[in-house]
Amino acid sequence: MKILVAVKRAIDYNVKARPKADGSAVDLANVKMSMNPFDEIAVEEAIRIQEAGTASETVAVSIGPKQCQETLRTAMAMGVDRGILVETDEDVQPLAVAKLLKAVVDKEQPELVILGKQAIDDDSNQTGQMLAALLGWAQGTFAAGVELADGSLTVRREIDGGIQTLKLKMPAVVTADLRLNEPRYVKLPNIMKAKKKPLDTLAPADLGVDVAPRLSVLKVAEPPARQGGIKVPDVAALVDKLRNEAKVI
Amino acid sequence: MTALVIAEHNNAELNAATLNAVAAASAIGGDVDVLVAGAACQAVADAAAQVAGVRKVLLADAAHYANALAENLAPLVVSLAEPYEHLLAAATTTGKNVMPRVAALLDSAQISDIIGVESNDTFVRPIYAGNVIATVKSADAKKVITVRTTAFDPAAASGGSGAVESVAVADAAGLSEFVGEELTKSDRPELTAADIIVSGGRGVGSSENFAIIEALADKLGAAVGASRAAVDAGYVPNDYQVGQTGKVVAPTLYIAVGISGAIQHLAGMKDSKVIVAINKDEEAPIFGVADYGLVGDLFKEVPAMVEALDK
Repeated sequence: MKILVAVKRAIDYNVKARPKADGSAVDLANVKMSMNPFDEIAVEEAIRIQEAGTASETVAVSIGPKQCQETLRTAMAMGVDRGILVETDEDVQPLAVAKLLKAVVDKEQPELVILGKQAIDDDSNQTGQMLAALLGWAQGTFAAGVELADGSLTVRREIDGGIQTLKLKMPAVVTADLRLNEPRYVKLPNIMKAKKKPLDTLAPADLGVDVAPRLSVLKVAEPPARQGGIKVPDVAALVDKLRNEAKVI
Repeated sequence: MTALVIAEHNNAELNAATLNAVAAASAIGGDVDVLVAGAACQAVADAAAQVAGVRKVLLADAAHYANALAENLAPLVVSLAEPYEHLLAAATTTGKNVMPRVAALLDSAQISDIIGVESNDTFVRPIYAGNVIATVKSADAKKVITVRTTAFDPAAASGGSGAVESVAVADAAGLSEFVGEELTKSDRPELTAADIIVSGGRGVGSSENFAIIEALADKLGAAVGASRAAVDAGYVPNDYQVGQTGKVVAPTLYIAVGISGAIQHLAGMKDSKVIVAINKDEEAPIFGVADYGLVGDLFKEVPAMVEALDK
């Protein structure tokens, strides 16, 4: 079985994003970029399935500018066998990403695709579901556990009320939630090894996909700032403030 | 111009989040219909028909809709989509699971988690953990939208007089089956609907220690929440998590206990009306958003607060 895992280059999770002064876009100049944290979990899961002997090959795919090569190298340093970069400088929105991934799936014929449930930049939470729709495959979103047996995939999903378990027909799309696993740290020798792993580059046109954005961003702004609060000396003062000033209890 | 709201329910009761989605649909300005797809869910359809502003309820009743499986629900929504310009659902885990599948089948770019309606094609949504607010315009004929429930006051659950109309059901996709659910049982209010929330973080230290948080919550009639760190550490179940990718809440009062205030947590609670932080680290970022901060040991301060509330 082959597993395809999708990885996005996104703002580092420790960085607080700000709009540009003219409100046209988010200011990403000189901002630290990393692999989207949910995608790291997706990569880890793919590697674990391969290490357990269930998958024979793992392939990472990333869509975006040239620098996504670094993201793919990180995935390969974690253990993925090879990488595919669909290189474009366009603002590629989730529907276009899903179409590009579908084209890659058509070429690569994996039986399982794992993605992060959400990218921490646009916070869309769409791509995996859209890919499953375009492929006509089952989807196991927000996965906290996956188990492959007898040609079907049992997925434990984090839902608002707790945990839901579904059984999916293969092939399937899985999106990783936070508790699926804890991604490994990359070791230096593996970073060196990853440099030698194959990395193919394609253009969206090679895949026959029109990536023109459907949503245009009219403006971006900072949210209204909260007024700074006060420190209270003790619990008695706190309860008094809540009762008599804020009047919320 | 007409909108279709996909109702969320458990086949017996309408989930309150649907009322926020109806409110967002009403804000767009056209007629609002509601789809209730489920199994033996007539009562839900009747309840949806009572919601203020609802013109008509489409009822799709079949066994394979019982658990809102995306593979079954999405083709149904698509089969009904023709007369609608807007398709909306609450941005719950159900809505987030189903709607992108609908959007892709309609070749439409979904607009996720809207917090405002500017016009029939322009919407406001938070990105980058809520640190940036984007205004986006859709070029698609059909707009598929999920709604951040805290941003829209719920439509009244009664006062409407919509008609209930049964619609043809689509076939089961045969791709997925429901195995089971482990739902957290609690007598406390539901996190996303609570007026007051007491949340604990890594500082609480253990599952047993969460009893301190629960005691304060029970004294206030509050829901219990948690930071990602507390959930990852196994102190509480995943459905307690408040944050960018967990639940987004906006109660009247949010009390953060032993929570440092990472960007990702703030994204889930900074629209609360009043925020209280109790933390021993006076440099903790949570104090930057708190209306009232108390620097101290939570194991001393929280029980003292329970006592003080008795006075």
